[in-house]
Amino acid sequence: MQDVIIIEAGRTERHYWLDLWRYRELFRVLAWRDLSVRYKQTVIGVLWALIRPFLTMLVFTVIFGRIAKLPTDGNAPYALLVFAGILPWTLFSTGLSEASNSLINNTSLISKVYFPRLIVPIATVVVAFVDFLISFCILILLIVWYWFLPDWRIIVLPIFVLLAFFASVGPALWITSLNVKYRDFRYVIPFIVQFGLYVSPVGFSSSVVPAQWRLLYSLNPMVGVIDGFRWCILRGQNELYLPGLLASGAVIAFFLWFGVRQFRKTEKSFADLI
Amino acid sequence: MSENAIVVENLSKRYLIGHRLSASGGRFKYTALRDIIGREISNFTRKAADVVRGRQVVQGDEIEEFWALKNVSFEVKQGEVLGIVGRNGAGKSTLLKILSRITEPTEGRISLRGRVSSLLEVGTGFHPELTGRENIFLNGAILGMTQREIRRKFDEIVAFAGVDKFLDTPVKHYSSGMYVRLAFAVAAHLDSDIMIVDEVLAVGDHEFRQKCLAKMNNIASHQGRTVLLVSHDLAAVSEMAIRALLVEGGRVAADGNVADIVSRYLSRDADAIYVRPPGQKSSTPFINRIEVCTSESNAVHRFGEPLEVKIWIQHDAPIEKGCLTLNVHNQHQHAIFDALAHYPYFRFGNSQNKTLLICKLPSPKLYVGKYYLSVHLSEPPGGDLYESLDGVCMFEVTRTDRTSLFPRLSGECAYFEEYYWETADADTTEHYVTHVASHSTLQDVD
Repeated sequence: MQDVIIIEAGRTERHYWLDLWRYRELFRVLAWRDLSVRYKQTVIGVLWALIRPFLTMLVFTVIFGRIAKLPTDGNAPYALLVFAGILPWTLFSTGLSEASNSLINNTSLISKVYFPRLIVPIATVVVAFVDFLISFCILILLIVWYWFLPDWRIIVLPIFVLLAFFASVGPALWITSLNVKYRDFRYVIPFIVQFGLYVSPVGFSSSVVPAQWRLLYSLNPMVGVIDGFRWCILRGQNELYLPGLLASGAVIAFFLWFGVRQFRKTEKSFADLI
Repeated sequence: MSENAIVVENLSKRYLIGHRLSASGGRFKYTALRDIIGREISNFTRKAADVVRGRQVVQGDEIEEFWALKNVSFEVKQGEVLGIVGRNGAGKSTLLKILSRITEPTEGRISLRGRVSSLLEVGTGFHPELTGRENIFLNGAILGMTQREIRRKFDEIVAFAGVDKFLDTPVKHYSSGMYVRLAFAVAAHLDSDIMIVDEVLAVGDHEFRQKCLAKMNNIASHQGRTVLLVSHDLAAVSEMAIRALLVEGGRVAADGNVADIVSRYLSRDADAIYVRPPGQKSSTPFINRIEVCTSESNAVHRFGEPLEVKIWIQHDAPIEKGCLTLNVHNQHQHAIFDALAHYPYFRFGNSQNKTLLICKLPSPKLYVGKYYLSVHLSEPPGGDLYESLDGVCMFEVTRTDRTSLFPRLSGECAYFEEYYWETADADTTEHYVTHVASHSTLQDVD
């Protein structure tokens, strides 16, 4: 029996999530395309994924650790503390900025071929994830350098990686669908990323934030993620602030739900507007 | 009885378009700064309200509804090849976009039975940085092929495109011909129950076009496959389709045998002057008017007289790299010749916002018969196509300056050639050796 496709006005795709699964191959191919294009025509190629976070770490360690003399968590080396913050932050920020522009970077695809549009932004976040894995090698080197080996807590790390992933996907979906209609939002993203780098505890420990502001501070979803990363990597030198983590998690979940909802709502008109 | 593969019922699609009230004319005859500010504020509040409500934002002062399609209904049987013809802006592409699920209809219902592949463009998603090999896999996946399918057909695709030497070269180094050949080759190896094809035949050189046509024919004649074909190449449509739809102004104007539909489509343009239909807005350069200046009135041209084609182009900004192609087709939809005005060899549209191009043919050799023009305005190959007009400006060539025993029938030949006959002694052997004019007894009387 052949399948019958019905196209109707306002018909919400009942098989949307099934379709998404059916198009997994396209998803893989698009992610692979973005990956292989990323470092073509660069001399040092993949090394970029190592150099950028490494230099950021050096600068932050010097500025926050040496010059501002901010305290580290417990007895963790400051460089390691910074790098444990840079890792999730880069995953979040590259994911967010790449995915936010993904739809308008794929205009020709969207106006000429049908596929569940959700594939495009998520495939670009996967690219950011691969960069993350590459940068992870530096972390391993640092751990060996300082001989600050992680304990059992490292097992929980994948959960926080996933959390960082969702933290970038949610707003990215919302912004990329807005971007299709109003190109203003492409100017917002670099600002958010730059701004976020300083309001998130990337270069410093979140324990420097006064206790009464801690919960409010945790409404920044990256606070929970970065704290979690540090907790896993630095043998729990920082006390995991549970209410803050829950707050961050709730914000991430809200944005994910909101992003997917907005994306699905506007998805059908992408081809007309782009 | 074969089942219907495609059923379209009362399909409509609405777009909102905005108009800008011009400062001179319209309501704002005397423009004061106050008016402009007031207008901008009201526009801004309207846009802001649209943003809040999540509606489409339309630039302009007045918004108009535009129905690209209105109450379109038709059915296609399984295994049938249906051609769709119509002018630019008639709604053909919108129809295909809805059928391929790229955009949603405003009203109506469609049911499609089987796996659908749509080819609205060759080389969708080709990435210039990737190699030919990588692009085959990428493009194949985008068109809906599985990696296994592509791997199986890979050699066939490469052979068809004839690019085996350059498989590992990034496609940005390909010539435009190689690029489209590869793109078409991937598309041509799609295998599905319903194929929706738009304009893809208009690629490559003549030889490759023939190859494409043969392949398309092959695809179309495949058992049980349903094909929807939109093309300006009426020859291709008439060759492949049996039935056709004529789309006009968003409606199905006629539905029937392909030969009837094509002739009906062409007869509507029996006018030596093309004028752009009023109300069509465009931001890119467009063709305002085309005129064939024939030697006689009523679009009749006497052979031997000079012929002129005048093309008025409207453009807001100067055209940086304009390419204009003028094709003359005969009544069998065969292209007879082309006249190119291509950047960088010929530059136009640099100064004002209107350009008049005149193509002068001092002594056209067109044979007796009816002719049509196709005019394409674009960027250099690989760039945007601004406007493409087909089957416009019909004119007729007559030749009355000679007496002949045999009347020259309209469209019998393609063109007149200069020639002369001579007689020679039939007994001398040298003429047999060189095969020159051995039957030269009938002399043409000029």
